[in-house]
Amino acid sequence: MNKINDLFKRKNSRILCIYFTAGFPKINSTTKIINTLQNLPVDLIEVGIPYSDPLADGTVIQNSNKISLKNGMNLSLLFSQIKELKNKMTVPIIVMGYYNQLYKFGEKNFLENCKKSGVSGLIIPDLPVNLFINKYQNLFKKYSLSMIFLVTPQTDSSRILFLSQITNGFLYLVSSNSTTGKIVDFFGKEQISFFEKIKKLPISTPKLIGFGIKDKETFNFSCQYANGGIIGSSFIQSLNKNNLEESIKKYIKSIVD
Amino acid sequence: MKNKFFVDDNGYYGEFGGSFIPEMLYNNIKELQKNYKNFIRSVQFQTLYKKILKNYVGRPTPLFFCKKYSKKYKTKIFFKREDLNYTGSHKINNAIGQSLLAKQLNKKTIIAETGAGQHGVATATVCALMDLKCVIFMGETDINRQYTNVLRMKSLGAKVIPVCSGDKTLKDAVNEAIRYWINHPESYYLIGSTVGPHPYPQMVADIQSVISEEIKIQLKEMYGSCYPNYVIACIGGGSNAAGSFYHFLDNDSVNLIAVEAAGHGIKTKKTAASIHCGSKGILHGSMTFLLQNEDGQVIPAYSISPGLDYPGIGPMFANLFIKKRVKFLYSTDKEALREGYELIRSEGIIPALESAHALASLKKISFKKEDTVVVILSGRGDKDINVYEKFLTKNLSYDE
Repeated sequence: MNKINDLFKRKNSRILCIYFTAGFPKINSTTKIINTLQNLPVDLIEVGIPYSDPLADGTVIQNSNKISLKNGMNLSLLFSQIKELKNKMTVPIIVMGYYNQLYKFGEKNFLENCKKSGVSGLIIPDLPVNLFINKYQNLFKKYSLSMIFLVTPQTDSSRILFLSQITNGFLYLVSSNSTTGKIVDFFGKEQISFFEKIKKLPISTPKLIGFGIKDKETFNFSCQYANGGIIGSSFIQSLNKNNLEESIKKYIKSIVD
Repeated sequence: MKNKFFVDDNGYYGEFGGSFIPEMLYNNIKELQKNYKNFIRSVQFQTLYKKILKNYVGRPTPLFFCKKYSKKYKTKIFFKREDLNYTGSHKINNAIGQSLLAKQLNKKTIIAETGAGQHGVATATVCALMDLKCVIFMGETDINRQYTNVLRMKSLGAKVIPVCSGDKTLKDAVNEAIRYWINHPESYYLIGSTVGPHPYPQMVADIQSVISEEIKIQLKEMYGSCYPNYVIACIGGGSNAAGSFYHFLDNDSVNLIAVEAAGHGIKTKKTAASIHCGSKGILHGSMTFLLQNEDGQVIPAYSISPGLDYPGIGPMFANLFIKKRVKFLYSTDKEALREGYELIRSEGIIPALESAHALASLKKISFKKEDTVVVILSGRGDKDINVYEKFLTKNLSYDE
């Protein structure tokens, strides 16, 4: 069984998912960060593949992408780094990238590498859902990989329901119409009415909230409306390259005590 | 108009095009897909659009028969003078067309990217005219090399936001404009070329098609036939080529030549020739040809002309290349400079460095005496005068 589905069977509240960019701050940080995170109360790990043109990302993740690419990170290296940990991996790993990376690497090759290295799911924000259904859904099933789709406060109810049926693992609720890492009014009217709307819809898939979660308060708030939350930019900012492990421990402690 | 080279009902040109966008932009793109076609084809739009083009922009632009060039190349050479449009290039056509759509959709703020500053100036101008708020994204590198255009945009009331990400040129300006659009979905993104997610490439081509519409009428008046033997245009994203080829695409007797910017050369890493040096992939929301490495990382483009300094090409042209309907040539920085300078001294016309790339291809084609050749002068070169000056000084010192 897919590890993500398994996770939500075991635990369905206060799920903490941490996003970071592979190869940042140093090229070999990827494995260190994963190892540290999985010994902490973290339930899911989302590894960002650095990209030259991350359209949906704000300045923090743009910057980590840039440094990672400068460090020499590439797909083959990333897969081999994750593979190293395969047997020790307890927490499901999701890989996030842009469609051109999957496309250029060769879709089948990419998915095969995901499977071999122990990746459980993918987030590709610019992959159109219809293309996924027509071209990739069966392939994802074959490799038992989850494809996670996003919905935003602007997505209408019928599309939310549609995407909640296509998504596998969980549905990613983008808290506001923004790029990542933007300071959003997390408790604003628009957010609350969006979360309330989602809560009322007949969705059986687990839901995680992302974008704008940056501390204990916002994480707790996301847990009120969904099965948990995803933290990215604020985690990346907290990383201290001279003492990676300590900075990670300190950060996670500040979220879940 | 049905045409096998235009976008299909699913938003594709053969295997190219589509709409590869994050969910945050889904509604915005849907809104455009739903509305643009009917609006742009409506009598209301066409009447107003043509009226503004005539009375404000000064269209139709002349089709100038060039005696000296005709003699030199032993054929009949015409220049389509898009440089004579108000604001100095063909970009104003698109800015007007899309601003009218933005008004129709009740948008109050226009955002746009710019490379050379021509699209930025055109957009800022139209926004002043139509009382729209205007935000322009421009790479820092381009701000430095096209500073007069920055001053023009600012004086027109536009907010110019310098882009410091990537290599700080056109591609990065598009990225930043898209990011701003994600954060401000109530605004209208007025994209300047035939790039981006569906429906932008076709919409921009439809609006720019006025260029080839005029060429047909002008040739008919002079020769009785609408169809030239060649149409030659420079190509970056493709808006000027799309507008110039549009009404000739379904007539195979017209040779369509698109000239890419090769920068230092197509065998070097400093180039912007996406067809010659690129491979298939996704850039700015559409499947097309782009400069990229084996991991799909986009390789920064390079060209002396900021308007062609883009690592991709419109999806319509990726398809026209595969279907062999358009022939792609390239010109280097040096060739463009030399031929641009040649035109200045021969005809008293200062062409934009972008347009100079099209001129530089004339030497590479063998024309027949009776051929009718239309070269598109997409913009004027006032903005590039410092570059021409430097080139001149350097070359004079070589001669000495």
